[in-house]
Amino acid sequence: MKRRFPTTSAIVFLLLVSLALVFVIPLMWTVSGALKSAQEFAKEPDRLVPRHIVFENFGKAWRALPFAIFVGNTVFISVVATFGQVISSSLVAFGFSRFKFWGRDALFGVLIGTMMLPSQVTMIPVFLIWRDLHAIDTFIPLIVPSFFGSAFSVFLVRQFFLGIPRELDEAATIDGASHLRFWWSVLLPISGPALATVGVFAFFANWDSFEGPLIYLNSPEKYTLSVGLRMFQDTDGTTAFEQVMAASLIHILPTIIIFFCAQRYFLKGIAMTGLGGR
Amino acid sequence: MELSRLRRWLSRPGPWGFFFILPWLVGFLIFTAGPMASSFWISLHIYDLHQMDYVGGENYRRLLFKDPIFWKSVRVTLTYACFSVPLGIILSLGLAVLLNQKVRGQRLFRTFFYMPSLVPAVASALLWSWVFNADNGILNQGLSVFGLPPIKWLQDQHWALFAFVLMSLWSSGGPRMVIFLAGLQAVPDSYMEAAMLDGATAWQRFRSVTLPLLSPVMFFNLVMGVIGSFQVFTNAYVMTGGGPNNATKFFALYLFQNAFEYFKLGKGSAMAWMLFGTLIVITTVQFRLAMRWVYYEGEAR
Repeated sequence: MKRRFPTTSAIVFLLLVSLALVFVIPLMWTVSGALKSAQEFAKEPDRLVPRHIVFENFGKAWRALPFAIFVGNTVFISVVATFGQVISSSLVAFGFSRFKFWGRDALFGVLIGTMMLPSQVTMIPVFLIWRDLHAIDTFIPLIVPSFFGSAFSVFLVRQFFLGIPRELDEAATIDGASHLRFWWSVLLPISGPALATVGVFAFFANWDSFEGPLIYLNSPEKYTLSVGLRMFQDTDGTTAFEQVMAASLIHILPTIIIFFCAQRYFLKGIAMTGLGGR
Repeated sequence: MELSRLRRWLSRPGPWGFFFILPWLVGFLIFTAGPMASSFWISLHIYDLHQMDYVGGENYRRLLFKDPIFWKSVRVTLTYACFSVPLGIILSLGLAVLLNQKVRGQRLFRTFFYMPSLVPAVASALLWSWVFNADNGILNQGLSVFGLPPIKWLQDQHWALFAFVLMSLWSSGGPRMVIFLAGLQAVPDSYMEAAMLDGATAWQRFRSVTLPLLSPVMFFNLVMGVIGSFQVFTNAYVMTGGGPNNATKFFALYLFQNAFEYFKLGKGSAMAWMLFGTLIVITTVQFRLAMRWVYYEGEAR
């Protein structure tokens, strides 16, 4: 149908290749830097392919800081918070998508509005709440809020629920299933894609989170990877970049792996919530 | 009798809907609505975590008239927003348009562009401190290939903010591109064919068919981009700490420092409310202006 000159396609392709290179090169250099010995890194930091591939930086970085503890803390917080967010958000989305009640649309509007609220506005009083509950330097402030749903997740799951035919609800009601039972044994099992999308985003947000752990965690044995990684800069004046790169890779790798496993859900989620502006 | 009335009440959908949204509603009251109100209350006090003294609008007055660093942070944030948001939108729209040409390896390219945004914020800040390293960072190595002198990206107050803009293009290009790409793919082929039959050039088709249909997506990216650009924190905290000479003292960073490093919680809260007020004004203006340029399909104009 469309007529296309071969030169145009070639130019588009070349343009894309060079842009993709610009986007990927910083990452490739991270990998190559992490695989160079300290001597080689000092001599030829800009060489893309290491002359000798070594893995000593990972071991050095791992020993320089209590890394296993940081990884454990981050995994724990991310997994529990993600679980909380998926469960609570799908429950709230169920309420918003399947029932009519007084003030529902107004409340949903408020929920959408909170997506635009900068966290700075509530940061200080929320800190004071946790201080008064003696929860500073624990994981509680980083985990508990997730169990109250997040606007983004509720929005996304609600969109999905709205696409599920009402006949299903009626059939379940006739079979005598309670609302809660319907949500748990009918709705959730068929909502895999939506829950996976929400779960992946929630996990990323917690894995990535920096300001929260920075505010709430004081003792190094409670640190997450985000806060712990920063210690590399401070420990001494000269930063061993090859070790920093190795340590960063440990932080980056899980997100990349999860992305490749769940890419479909991921891109769909972004496109869906992005178009939510319509 | 009472029991049957309760049962009848529970058989109606309303109470159940309310019951299911309760987790969010409770969380909203505890973690959002309550804190917003008390944040304003705190902003009227001088509060160092121990003693709280009511001072009225003094925090606001001091910030506006006696704090040059506050104004510096406003300038830094606005300058950053003015560059990073439009450039980011143009870049990601360009990427999406290129990818939408049904090129070979479209998915692979999409993954490449998206990958930077997967890098956790602190790791990306550390990575870029190396890219921008004045002595042997790869950016300066690249410049030297073209015979250009090295730049002290993060140590030179004239370049530091620009370095942050570059970084933002790298990390936010991908997600925005995905949103644009979804919008582009939703443009019906029949519109394009009709325009082609009318003899419209590629540019005319883009300008008069694609762009109007894409305007809601563009608007979304614009609103969220502005809000995001007003909240830069992690990069500035990790890479420069606000320096050199406050050239990267972003508003959110200065707010954090006031609250959690200098323990001026009243001042920090006042800044938070100013940020909130500013964003409300900017977003409202954007929504007003949107009526002129955002086109919604199926809507009479």
